[in-house]
Amino acid sequence: MPRNNSTTLASSIAAAGAPSSRLLVGSDAHATWEELAAGSILNCPPDELAGSCVLLATISQFAAAAVLIQLDGLARRIVLYPPDLSREHLDFVAAITEADLIVSDQPPAESANMRAVRVTPSPKASHLERSNKDVQCETEWILLTSGTTGRPKMVQHTLSSLTAAIEPGYDPARVWSTFYDIRRYGGLQIFLRALITGTPLVLKSSTETASEYLASAAIHGVTHILGTPSHWRRALASPAASLIAPQYVRLSGEIADQAILNNLCKQYPQATIAHAFASTEAGVAFVVEDGLMGLPANALTHTSGVEMKVDRGTLRVRSNRTAMRYMGADSRPLKDAEGYVDTGDALESRNGRYYFAGRLDGVINVGGLKVHPEEVEAVINRHPEVSMSLVSSRKSPIMGAIVIADVVLRTPSIDNGKVASTLQQDILHFCRGELAPHKVPATINFVPSLDLAGSGKMVRRHA
Amino acid sequence: MNVRSEVIAQFKQVAQEQDKDLAPLKDDLALIDSGLDSLCFAVVVARLENSLGVDPFSTDEDVRFPVTFGDFIGFYEHAAQ
Repeated sequence: MPRNNSTTLASSIAAAGAPSSRLLVGSDAHATWEELAAGSILNCPPDELAGSCVLLATISQFAAAAVLIQLDGLARRIVLYPPDLSREHLDFVAAITEADLIVSDQPPAESANMRAVRVTPSPKASHLERSNKDVQCETEWILLTSGTTGRPKMVQHTLSSLTAAIEPGYDPARVWSTFYDIRRYGGLQIFLRALITGTPLVLKSSTETASEYLASAAIHGVTHILGTPSHWRRALASPAASLIAPQYVRLSGEIADQAILNNLCKQYPQATIAHAFASTEAGVAFVVEDGLMGLPANALTHTSGVEMKVDRGTLRVRSNRTAMRYMGADSRPLKDAEGYVDTGDALESRNGRYYFAGRLDGVINVGGLKVHPEEVEAVINRHPEVSMSLVSSRKSPIMGAIVIADVVLRTPSIDNGKVASTLQQDILHFCRGELAPHKVPATINFVPSLDLAGSGKMVRRHA
Repeated sequence: MNVRSEVIAQFKQVAQEQDKDLAPLKDDLALIDSGLDSLCFAVVVARLENSLGVDPFSTDEDVRFPVTFGDFIGFYEHAAQ
């Protein structure tokens, strides 16, 4: 149900109709949604920021949540600066977004050109309340995504586009949590969903390991939990995975292969294991809950509120959930003339079902034949000894490029000598049974871990 | 590590993996007649880079791929020095 443009986040909390004890739990602080709507953690009266362009650059996720609630409908623009993004881009982002001031919990003088507003530890003691919780201007929400040049891309949303996929309605049995940071699209969706439905939300600190986070989620009785397939592969490698007993597990941000869906189903037999497609630009497109990778063909044509099509091999999405535009004078259009966002994700049809092949910009060209790294990873990940894998290209004097794989084993101790060599052969043999010869990795390299970006996706080096 | 024995081992391993009939590996064997295709050679070169630590074809843009098996071994022996 689309939301009314005249509601703000703060007024949504009162409208949720939930008991007043529902908490937002951060690693550094916690408060009820009502406390967050009533008090401010800014060290100046929020009304001073009316009409401003605010660069929200706290490291604390809880502080960012509190500031978002205070400033939505008051500030002209809020720029959500993710905590893992290098601070060297602050001035660039501030310039493009015309930021007037920076809200930060870090030492001052990060950016000499802007007024700095500090945050206090908790909204509870504040006397600096916003005088009017209604909409004074429709705030532009600016999300940052990784750009190919190293500089972030700035994507403009409104509260309406960000909340268009959210069904209001309080469910007392839910406690939400997510591996994602709320300054990124996936995490922001869960933050807004929890706020609008008045449901508790447990935030993950960027400094917490997967094990520490799962232990914290268990203490708070989390029932609905979201992350990327890579987040979940790491989580399942931890004994702490058994501490939680979720009812609902959702994956997004990367292709959910059959191995991770099966492994989650085995670990959490009581839970619905869902995977969704969403991106900062395209918004939430669809959710699949049948336990299988890919999506039924009718999901493409019969998802309420979202129009989708495959054009020149990639998924295109049109809905009221998509972003408006990229910011910056030299940025390319975010949508085509008909309003469709090209997701850049290659979709292939087989036997009445669509499957994600991979990112169009990640294709490896082996002697003129295309290989999607994700397709090869999906096969390797089905091997019983494999926890996760990253397929990349190596320059080849003969083929132009060849496929190689870095593999994390479930039992790292077997990564030595003769056992490792036998296992490499076994994984390669498994790949040869499933993949065309040019897609089989030339080498398998066992590694202790694979890097995840702040978005929770595996870090890929595009050749 | 003995370069010659490592090269021979990789030729045999890749031929077996790719289900190719490998000709007897004599020094005057033309690589084009070895039974391996170009994907096989690409895999052999990648594996040898891992085991020997050198890729003689990546060091010089103008390098020409060897013609015989003996030339191939010579490339690696030279690069490994």
